[in-house]
Amino acid sequence: MSKGLINKILPFSSVDGPGNRTAIFMQGCNFNCLYCHNPETINNCHNCGLCIATCPKGCLLKQEGFVAWNKDQCIDCDNCLKSCKSCSSPKAIWMSIEEVMYKIENTKCFISGITISGGECMLQKEFVTELCEEVKALNLTTFIDSNGSVPFWGDDRLINAIDMVMLDVKAYDSEAHKMLTGKDNQIVLKNLDYLASINKLYEVRTVIVPEVLDNIRTVDMVSKRIAKLNANIRYKLIKYRPIGVRTQLINSYVPTNELMEELYDIAKANGCKNIVII
Amino acid sequence: MSDVKDIIKDTTLTYEQKVLALAKAAENSINVLNIDEETQKYRDEGVICDLFEGNAPYRPRYIVPDYERFLSKGSKFLGLEPPKNIWEATNHLLILYRHVPSITSFPVYLGNIDYLLDRFIKDEEESYQAIKLFLLHIDRTITDSFCHANIGPKATKAGSLILRASKELNTSIPNITLKYSDETPNDFALEAIATSLETAKPSFANHEMFSKEFGNDYGIASCYNGLPIGGGSFTLVRMNLAKLRPIAKNTDDFLNNLLPHVVSKMAAYMDERIRFLVEESGFAESNFLVKEELIAMDRFTAMFGMVGLAEIVNHLLDAKEEADRYGHSKTADELGIRIITRLEEEVNKYNSPYCKFSNGKFLLHAQVGIDTDVNISPGCRIPIGEEPEMLDHIMHSSYFHKFFPSGIGDIFRFDSTVKNNMNYVLDVLKGAMKVGMRYISFYSSDSDVVRITGYLVKRSDMEKLDTGEAVLNGSAVLGLGAVKNQHVLDRKERKE
Repeated sequence: MSKGLINKILPFSSVDGPGNRTAIFMQGCNFNCLYCHNPETINNCHNCGLCIATCPKGCLLKQEGFVAWNKDQCIDCDNCLKSCKSCSSPKAIWMSIEEVMYKIENTKCFISGITISGGECMLQKEFVTELCEEVKALNLTTFIDSNGSVPFWGDDRLINAIDMVMLDVKAYDSEAHKMLTGKDNQIVLKNLDYLASINKLYEVRTVIVPEVLDNIRTVDMVSKRIAKLNANIRYKLIKYRPIGVRTQLINSYVPTNELMEELYDIAKANGCKNIVII
Repeated sequence: MSDVKDIIKDTTLTYEQKVLALAKAAENSINVLNIDEETQKYRDEGVICDLFEGNAPYRPRYIVPDYERFLSKGSKFLGLEPPKNIWEATNHLLILYRHVPSITSFPVYLGNIDYLLDRFIKDEEESYQAIKLFLLHIDRTITDSFCHANIGPKATKAGSLILRASKELNTSIPNITLKYSDETPNDFALEAIATSLETAKPSFANHEMFSKEFGNDYGIASCYNGLPIGGGSFTLVRMNLAKLRPIAKNTDDFLNNLLPHVVSKMAAYMDERIRFLVEESGFAESNFLVKEELIAMDRFTAMFGMVGLAEIVNHLLDAKEEADRYGHSKTADELGIRIITRLEEEVNKYNSPYCKFSNGKFLLHAQVGIDTDVNISPGCRIPIGEEPEMLDHIMHSSYFHKFFPSGIGDIFRFDSTVKNNMNYVLDVLKGAMKVGMRYISFYSSDSDVVRITGYLVKRSDMEKLDTGEAVLNGSAVLGLGAVKNQHVLDRKERKE
C-alpha cells in the first residue's frame, strides 16, 4: 500500500462538503496562488532546518539529515511555519493508508464522510484512490477538493472510488490564471466539463479578489458554463480574506457585499440555481 | 425580619417575585429538620448544599405529572372535563400548570407536549395559532427557566408546529428537549437543529439510554433531569467536590475516607428532608395531583447531585499545565472516572425507605451549578476556557454520562456559519448519541437566548437586569450571576 504526505487531519469539519467530514489535507501543490491562505502546504520540506531554533518547546530536531517533529509536545504555535522560507511545514508526515484509517475509525460514527484536500491532493492520486476505496467500504462518502490541474478522466479506478469533487476555477482566462497561479487552466476547464458530465461535480468555487482579477468576467463565464452543464451544481463565490496570506505578494482587500451581490446576480441571470456566497 | 423588609423594598423584583421570595423567607424562619453537627458543618462549608429548597420541605422539588391521564380524564378538583379540541387542550394544560408545585412554585415539567396535542390537530394553521399562544402564555406566566417541555422521539405535526412557533417567538421559556432515537426522522431532527441554532432549544436527550433506565414513561424536567412520569424527585441536594480540596489529604484518603463519609452524611440529610415531606408536611394526603393519580408517591425518587469533579481531580494531581489537567490528560480523566465510580458505589450503599421507584436508591445527578459558584465546574464538565476539540470533548463526556440517569449534559456553542450546514450538527448529534452521550445542547453565537448552564436566559434580559431594572423571568438573576462568575458567555466557539 502507498503512503501519503499529509499536512494535517481535521477530525471534524463543517466547511468541507455536506455534513460533518474528516478533512485530510495533503502536502504539496503545483499551483502557487498569490492569495493562497495556507502556503505552508505548497512545497515538501527540504530539511534546511531553519525552523528548528524557532520552536519554543524543542519539538523539532534533525535526525539523519531530516527534520523530525515531536507531535506530543507541540503546542501549535506555528512559529515553524512562519519561519519557513520554502512554503512548507516540518509537521507534514508520511502516513500509510492504515494510519489514516485508524484516525477515521475514531471519527466514523460522527461523520458523513471524508474530504481530501490540500495542497493539491490529486498530485498523490494513487494514495487518494486507495484511501477512498477503504473509506467507501465503511459506507462513508468520499469528496475531493481539487485545483483541477490533474486530469480526472481516464482513471476509472479513481472515479469509482470518489463520490464528488469540489473544484476551484480560479480564473476563466488562461493569462489571468497563469498570473494568479503560475499555471494554465485548460485542464481545469476540461475537468469541469468532465466531472459535470458524470455527475461527480459537487461544487465549483471562485475566490473573488478585487483589483487583482477580472472577477466579473470569471463569474460570468464560469456560471454560463455551469448552467449549460447542470444548473443545479453549486457555484460558491468566496470572498478573498487576507488571513494566512502572503500579503507581500498581493495587493487586494475583502470584497464588498455589493460586489458579491452583483456577482450573485450575474450567475443567477446566467441560469445557475444554487449560488452560495461566503 | 430585615430580610423580609429588604424583599419588600427591592425594586429589581416584580410583584410576583416578591411574593415568592416572602414565602421562602417564611419557610426559612422555622427549623423542623433533624440535622447532626457534622452534616451542619458540611452545609456551612458549602460541601453539602440543598440548592435553595428551603428549611421545611412541603412539596417535592420536581413533580412530573401524568398529563396524558389528565387529558383523558380531566380533573374533578379543577372542574375540567377532558378536552375536545386544540383550544380546550392548550387551555386545560395551562390551567393545570398553574397548580403544579415545585420549589420555585413554577412547574418544572410540562409534558411531552407534541404527543399530548397531536391528536387535536385538525386544521394546521388554526392549531399553529393555538400552539403559539400556548407557548407565549407559558413564557409570560411561568416566569422561570426551569420549566421544561419534551417532544419526540417520533415526528408529529404538533412537534413541527411547536418548533416553528418556538423559532418565531424566540423566548427563553419553556426549555425544550427532543428525545432523540433511531425513530426520529432526519428531517424532524434537522428542524429541531435549525430551531436550536436560532433560539438555543431544543436540546437532545438520548432516548435509548433513558428508556432503558426508566422505561418509556420518563420526562426531562428542569435543566436536563430524567425522571419517572407520574412521580418525580423529592429532593436534589448536591455535593461540592471542589469544597473538599482543603480537607482532602491525598487521592487515597479522598476516595476511601472523605468521599464515603460525606456521602453517608448527605444521603442521611436527603432522607431527613424526604421524611419531613412525606411523613409530616401532609403533601401526599392533601394534594389533588396525588388524589387524582396524576402523581403517585411510589413513582418518586431523589437526586444525589455533585459538582466540581474537574477541580478536585486537578487538585489531587496538582495539575497546572493544560496537558496534565482534567479533560486533556488520560491520568486525570481516569481519576475522574474512579471518583465517580466510587461515588456511585457509596451512594448505592444507602437505602431510602421513601424512594420506591428506584428501589430505595438515590439517582446520581451532575448538577449545573448555582449563580454564586466561582471557579467550580458543573457536574463532570471540563472548565470553560479549557475545552478540548469537539471530538475529544464528546468522547470525554461519554465516559461520564452513563453514571447519571437523573441528568448530565454538555453544551456546544457554534459559530453562526454552521447554519449553512445543518447536517454537520446532525452528524455530530448522531455520533454523540452512539458513543453514549446522554444529553447534548447546541446554540449559535449570535442567538439572544443563551444556555447558561442547563437553563435558558435572554441576553437582553440580563442586560436590563444589570442596569437595575426588574425583568419578568426570575431566572435572569441566576443567569447574570453565572455570566459574571462562571463566564458562561465565553464557552469555546466551534467553527471548523
